[in-house]
Amino acid sequence: MKSLGSFRRTFAPWNDPAAKPFIAIENVTKKFGDFAAVNDLSLNIYNREFFALLGASGCGKSTLLRMLAGFEEPTAGRILIDGQDMRGIPPYKRPVNMMFQSYALFPHMTVEGNIAFGLKQEGMPKGDIEARVAEMLKLVKLERFAKRKPHQLSGGQRQRVALARCVAKRPKVLLLDEPLGALDKKLREETQFELMDLQMKLGLTFVVVTHDQEEAMTMADRIAVMDKGKVMQVATPAEVYEAPNSKFVADFIGNVNMFEGTAAAVANGKIDIAVAPENLTIRTDAASKSCTVGQPVGFAIRPEKIRVSRKQPADPSINSAHGELYDIAYFGDMTVFHVKLESGRIIKAASLNAVRTVEDPLGYDDMVWVNFDADAGIVLTA
Amino acid sequence: MQNLISSIASRLVIAVPYLWLLIFFLIPFVIVFKISLSEVAMAIPPYTPVFNLSAGWQAFADNFSQFSWDNYIWLLEDPLYYKAYISSVIIAAVSTVLTLIVGYPIAYGMARAPATIRPTLLMLVILPFWTSFLIRVYAWIGILKPEGLLNQFLMWAHVIDTPLNILNTNTAVFIGIVYSYLPFLVLPIYSALEKMDYSLVEAAEDLGCPPILAFWKITFRLSMPGVIAGCFLVFIPAVGEFVIPDLLGGSQTLMIGKTLWNEFFSNRDWPVSSAVAVILLLLLVVPIVLFQRAEARAQESEK
Repeated sequence: MKSLGSFRRTFAPWNDPAAKPFIAIENVTKKFGDFAAVNDLSLNIYNREFFALLGASGCGKSTLLRMLAGFEEPTAGRILIDGQDMRGIPPYKRPVNMMFQSYALFPHMTVEGNIAFGLKQEGMPKGDIEARVAEMLKLVKLERFAKRKPHQLSGGQRQRVALARCVAKRPKVLLLDEPLGALDKKLREETQFELMDLQMKLGLTFVVVTHDQEEAMTMADRIAVMDKGKVMQVATPAEVYEAPNSKFVADFIGNVNMFEGTAAAVANGKIDIAVAPENLTIRTDAASKSCTVGQPVGFAIRPEKIRVSRKQPADPSINSAHGELYDIAYFGDMTVFHVKLESGRIIKAASLNAVRTVEDPLGYDDMVWVNFDADAGIVLTA
Repeated sequence: MQNLISSIASRLVIAVPYLWLLIFFLIPFVIVFKISLSEVAMAIPPYTPVFNLSAGWQAFADNFSQFSWDNYIWLLEDPLYYKAYISSVIIAAVSTVLTLIVGYPIAYGMARAPATIRPTLLMLVILPFWTSFLIRVYAWIGILKPEGLLNQFLMWAHVIDTPLNILNTNTAVFIGIVYSYLPFLVLPIYSALEKMDYSLVEAAEDLGCPPILAFWKITFRLSMPGVIAGCFLVFIPAVGEFVIPDLLGGSQTLMIGKTLWNEFFSNRDWPVSSAVAVILLLLLVVPIVLFQRAEARAQESEK
């Protein structure tokens, strides 16, 4: 059986109609003056899920997170956590903990003091606090830094203290606001996996806000792509990437070549799209989409799904277009070719450098054929 | 060569303020100290011995032998002086606490205000400095006197039937000090609060801390350097304050600044008043040293 993406996902409570969502966001709107930061938004997040809110800055993702934490009250709609309506419940009484983008470590307290802070508020006995703090320090591998003040730590260490501090209270839900935003690239990649391990080990529900799509794709079970206070698509990373439901999502996630055209022929779930400038007909095999002849449709195709060859493929079911090799970007692991069609449109095609040597390599200004299979792209009606 | 010049230049820059302090602070202090060891006399200047370099070395040495600690012993023997010292410290301490109670909410409100109106609020705090300190204290007489604005208002509002007697009491002195020194307390606290990251308070609340406790454990705790600086900036000058107790205080208001003034101008007893001044300085050295240590520690923790 064919499935989207490159691996099998076993944890998928969202496909189970009997599963009860752990966090239910129901028609939530948040207005600041006239501006709706979050606009009639509904989402279900399941227990033990690693959920990412992804969007550009100002899309309302942080406001949504702050509403979950209790720092903002929804103007309309309601939020349920573990079946309990959160309206009117202040932050300090909610079963959630938040990791702040700035980490918000208390500068006048040691690492230990920071981690113990939340536990002291609970009135936990002293011995238990010490044991829990030691456990947390071990979890984030900071045993040696227990007596340090935050300003004596590196960025990565501070991030781990912040994490330990909000995990220490064993919340039902952990909210993370750009958890890796302040780390450099290498550290960020390592920390992504640490976070995922931690989430699995502790069995917590994570809701993470990020503007970094790679981060969201790597860590999350599901991603909600947000724009202008609304959710555009909620799906697994593979679905969001391989089957975006709109031009916005297709364009937002990863690289994409986008064609605008009209449906020229619709038969047996196969749609032919006429693209005007190139006088090109793209034959697609998109069984799930339904549209009528003459309807304007978009076609999105990822660069790595496009091949570049010197000769036109003989098989007529393969789409192809002729153009000039205009730019070449060599990344080591892959090479991206920019091909300029006669209409002037630039097509990006990426090829994985799976072998070290190439016979008869392509060069600048070569005349080439870009070509792709009928099921390589996505027909977009929205 | 380049290094030598810049090293000399940087030393020169440091030397200027130190030279200034030497000439205008240390030397006058030595003169005051010398007078405090002298004896009162009906002469111009009104004390002996008077150093006269033209009288020769022997006379100079004789003068030294005339010095005595009598004035300091006198300060200990006459209860007026130590009572005035104690009373000054108490009045200054109470005023400092009152100023903190009034000033902290102002500083907090300013720091939490929208960033666009903060410069205006700051301006309003500094505004009173544009008018003479003396005139502003005089204005309080008009407000506090029995037929003054405050009493008129309270009687008009039927809160009281007979005028309150505030002027020429310690209460008036407290009001005067709180009013006059408020900006010195508000500004350091404001600057401490303004640079504080508000997400720290949210983090505390998120970790289960109710807002009032979060304020105490985070906001107030982190504004401590500002609070300490502000309190010392009020306390130190308030101890030696003369104008406010003189204008607003009554006959029972005992403050060392006023005692010193009386000793100097009314009694024309320069040696005793000099001794009073020397002791006052020693009394203030303790809080000043504490203040500087607190400042140093605050700078250390900011690193």
